[in-house]
Amino acid sequence: MNSEVVQKIQEKFPSEFIQANEFRNDWTVVVKPDRIVEIAQFLRDDPELAFDHLSDVFSVDYPGRSASGGERFEVVYQLNSIQKRHRLRLSTGLREDPCEIDSVYPVWKAAGFLEREVYDLMGIRFRNHPDLRRIFLPEDFDGHPLRKEYPAEGKGWRNTFEFLPTEEPQT
Amino acid sequence: MEFHTRQEKAQEEAIDANPASLNDSEPRPITEDLPLRRSEDLLLNMGPQHPATHGVLRVVLELEGEKIIKATPDLGYLHRGVEKLCEGLTYQQVIPHTDRLDYICSMTNNFAYVRAVEKLLGVSIPERGEYVRTIIAEMQRIVGHLFWLGTQALDIGAMTVFFWTFREREVLLDLFEQVCGARLTMNYFRIGGVNGDLSPEVILRLRKFLKEFPSKIDEYDRLLLNNRIWISRTKDIAVISAEDAVDFGLTGPVLRGSGVYYDIRKAEPYAAYGKVEWDVPLGSKGDTYDRYWVRMQEMKQSARIIAQCLDQLPEGPILTDVPQVVAPPKEKVMQDMQSLIHHFIIFTEGFRPPKGEVYCATEAPKGELGFSIVSDGGPKPYRLKIRSPSFVHLGAFDHMARGYMIADIVTIFGTYDIVMGECDR
Repeated sequence: MNSEVVQKIQEKFPSEFIQANEFRNDWTVVVKPDRIVEIAQFLRDDPELAFDHLSDVFSVDYPGRSASGGERFEVVYQLNSIQKRHRLRLSTGLREDPCEIDSVYPVWKAAGFLEREVYDLMGIRFRNHPDLRRIFLPEDFDGHPLRKEYPAEGKGWRNTFEFLPTEEPQT
Repeated sequence: MEFHTRQEKAQEEAIDANPASLNDSEPRPITEDLPLRRSEDLLLNMGPQHPATHGVLRVVLELEGEKIIKATPDLGYLHRGVEKLCEGLTYQQVIPHTDRLDYICSMTNNFAYVRAVEKLLGVSIPERGEYVRTIIAEMQRIVGHLFWLGTQALDIGAMTVFFWTFREREVLLDLFEQVCGARLTMNYFRIGGVNGDLSPEVILRLRKFLKEFPSKIDEYDRLLLNNRIWISRTKDIAVISAEDAVDFGLTGPVLRGSGVYYDIRKAEPYAAYGKVEWDVPLGSKGDTYDRYWVRMQEMKQSARIIAQCLDQLPEGPILTDVPQVVAPPKEKVMQDMQSLIHHFIIFTEGFRPPKGEVYCATEAPKGELGFSIVSDGGPKPYRLKIRSPSFVHLGAFDHMARGYMIADIVTIFGTYDIVMGECDR
């Protein structure tokens, strides 16, 4: 399969296709974000591709690209075909503002929870998602922790306790 | 949510409109077009502390009488930010964190993670290492399914099964303890192989266990299949069709219970799965009973796989010989200066895999456990994403729970084999 799949996508969506590369026998296809639902629909419904199973949706943050005017976020759809036994990684770039993409929930229902997770932890909004709320963190949580600027270690509620010593004792 | 019935509301409005009517001695007539039967939707909060939720999961149920109209899972009570933590750890340091995802089956988590890193590095494993990994992973599958069977039966009300399955689970956990020194959070797999070899005593005890195990599965079957309550509470409960199961991204026994032939061990054979003979059990209807049956058969198949692996177990090393990735043996570290330096570098600096992105899926007892790693060429993963089966399965919870009774909720939780540590990460 693989190279034929890539070719098919390129033929069907020449204006959306950006590039494709292979790493460790896995193909990654990078497309533009605007017509993602159409591309997803095509990948699922084409009998030779038949990507009926959405394994995963996740996002990667590249703050360095934003500074040079590029696309800061990358949304990755990990697709799988149970019928044809092949996998594909569909990737698309997103600018920081507005950080929005169409939801693929109409194509794969599995996207319902997976996209909510991306929204919660990375702050990417999915248009036409039926229930876009935070999923792990509380509703009033500030920020999106998987963004690179968010510290892995930080001040928590504990630091507001007055009876705890705030500074190291002087020796 | 309004908790007034319509009838009371009408009365209140009538009183509001004419307060003097309260002093009337005659009872007010009930308006004819209002129904006399009370009908109201009830919002019920279940969890987060509930013995049947296998961790801390809250579900908001919209009920009509006892029937579920909508079930909204509320997750995150066990969210520890493992993915964020991993961005600050070297590749070896991540392994113990994977233990804490699905703490029932930590070996499989280790396995899934090290496979992803090995794919990123392009490292292959010696043959004996692959067999040992397969044996351990299948032992873990039996442990996971035994745990599931015990708790599922306990949730539904058959208490004895719990004690019986934990008896066998104990034997396997003792074996794990002998192999790696821990019973639950194993940290046994290493990038490039495993931590320790199977001793002859372990193999002997494992063979003894395998001899007895199939008869034990028949014992569980006898306990449950003649149990009318078990049958009526599992048959035709939480049915999901094959198309819906694929659409919702379900994997593992939940998908196979609906009759979809998909097992990663067969589709993309890894470790020693391609070298042994075994079958993939499939359900037909996709109800709770089918998933129970699939898991029971899988335990038998796992026993088959382990027995064949033990027969074929070749001699040789269990760790691959790639000095950039694998630390030298401990005896050498104690005697040899170069090995000490080598050991020091591996454990302080880590190693630098090539730049690239990989996704590697492993068949865990609960379904497809996938690790996506984005590497920027540094010693730490730039981004690590865990695709946990429990999380994706919960996405279909509302779809599967609608229309069933409130008492079936615990059955539906149980039938996914959910572990919240993995779900919330």
